[in-house]
Amino acid sequence: MIPGEFTYHRPSSVAEAVAILVSHGDEARPLSGGHSLIPMMKLRMAAPEHLVDLGGIADLKGISEDGGTITIRAMTTQHELIESDLLSEKLPIVRETSLLIADPQIRYLGTLGGNVANGDPGNDMPALMQCLNASYVLTGPDGNREVAARDFYEAAYFTALAPEEILTAVKIPTPPAGHGWAYEKLKRKVGDYATAAAAVMLSMSGGTVTSCSVALTNVADTPLYAADAGDILNGSTLDEATVARAVAAAEAITDPASDGRGPAEYRTKMAGIMMQRALARAAERASA
Amino acid sequence: MSDIEQIPVTLTVNGKKVQRFVEPRTLLIHFLREELNITGPHIGCETSHCGACTVEMNGMSVKSCTVFAAQANGAEMTTIEGMANPDGTLSALQEGFRQMHGLQCGFCTPGMITRAHTLLKENPNPSEEEIRMGIAGNLCRCTGYQNIVKAIQYAAEQLNQPETQEAAE
Repeated sequence: MIPGEFTYHRPSSVAEAVAILVSHGDEARPLSGGHSLIPMMKLRMAAPEHLVDLGGIADLKGISEDGGTITIRAMTTQHELIESDLLSEKLPIVRETSLLIADPQIRYLGTLGGNVANGDPGNDMPALMQCLNASYVLTGPDGNREVAARDFYEAAYFTALAPEEILTAVKIPTPPAGHGWAYEKLKRKVGDYATAAAAVMLSMSGGTVTSCSVALTNVADTPLYAADAGDILNGSTLDEATVARAVAAAEAITDPASDGRGPAEYRTKMAGIMMQRALARAAERASA
Repeated sequence: MSDIEQIPVTLTVNGKKVQRFVEPRTLLIHFLREELNITGPHIGCETSHCGACTVEMNGMSVKSCTVFAAQANGAEMTTIEGMANPDGTLSALQEGFRQMHGLQCGFCTPGMITRAHTLLKENPNPSEEEIRMGIAGNLCRCTGYQNIVKAIQYAAEQLNQPETQEAAE
């Protein structure tokens, strides 16, 4: 499996990378960790004439927090997310999710930016970012713009990212200390994409949910932010009847494909089960 | 003939600096095997699932079928060819695979040992679960993994004895 021919570019700044994208339009693709794009190129399902390797841009690495926002630069790898003390302390759901992505070799190279920008509904980070109400910084010839993760995904592999733009950072509001969190993923084997997966973040006070957000992976053409499910749970004590209503609301927005991971009806039900398990675990972890 | 310019790729492989001019689309596994004649890393699935092509690049385990040689430019690489001790004796991991019957057909072994090498550098004393999760990106279709896990445990034990620690590095 040999990819088609291309011209290789290795810019050392974002501005230089954007300039290359501008001059080649649709014929150029940015390369981050490469673990989605290179397999596509080997299958000749992608054949960019110009490959713009972002690996030489020092600016695109790093995790920082400032004024209640955690910023993760796009080329930060899943391995680096797992190793980050800042994330382990303030946003542990990122580590939990990262550990469920692919395998160690792939996590050394796979990046957060590539994972969220690619628009593959099988990727885990997009739903997580919707759950966290993250926003993506898109850098183009006219500077930066920010798009909410909840508004970014249009269809499988179609996103708000323009061909001459690069997703350069992900900004996540720091959740309150004591929040509960869980990412539950059903997969056929280690390293697989999700049959269905759910991310849950919540805060509780005196046994009552004071905020809750839910998002689902790989049960539609795009990641799904389950706004109604979160609204139903908010203010509840997570009693059985309310959880059942919220799960039904989440299942109602799914539209999975029937494929090797199971028939559509099964995957919808599994999305509900993953959400229920994630809720239970998040509630356990939350400070009451 | 292609009108696309060949590009220089310089690597340090198993301590030796090498340079070749290659097409940009050359994958690292092809660069190692065909340009450098380093055939320890195997081409298994070619789809980044099986891990037979695993090499160490700048301290990371990577699947060399899913990295362009150009991306690795300037990197320090270690392959199975660089695993033995400097005096030619088997490393603790190699010895572990031998003692514990960590291989049958041997196809996955270069990737397994190279991956385990990086795993033990990062986590010198892994639990059984950490070993299993640590080699989750390497498929073996013969052994059922039991003896591979034992081989890595054997190596970890050897490396944790103070007198052998130096030889392992």
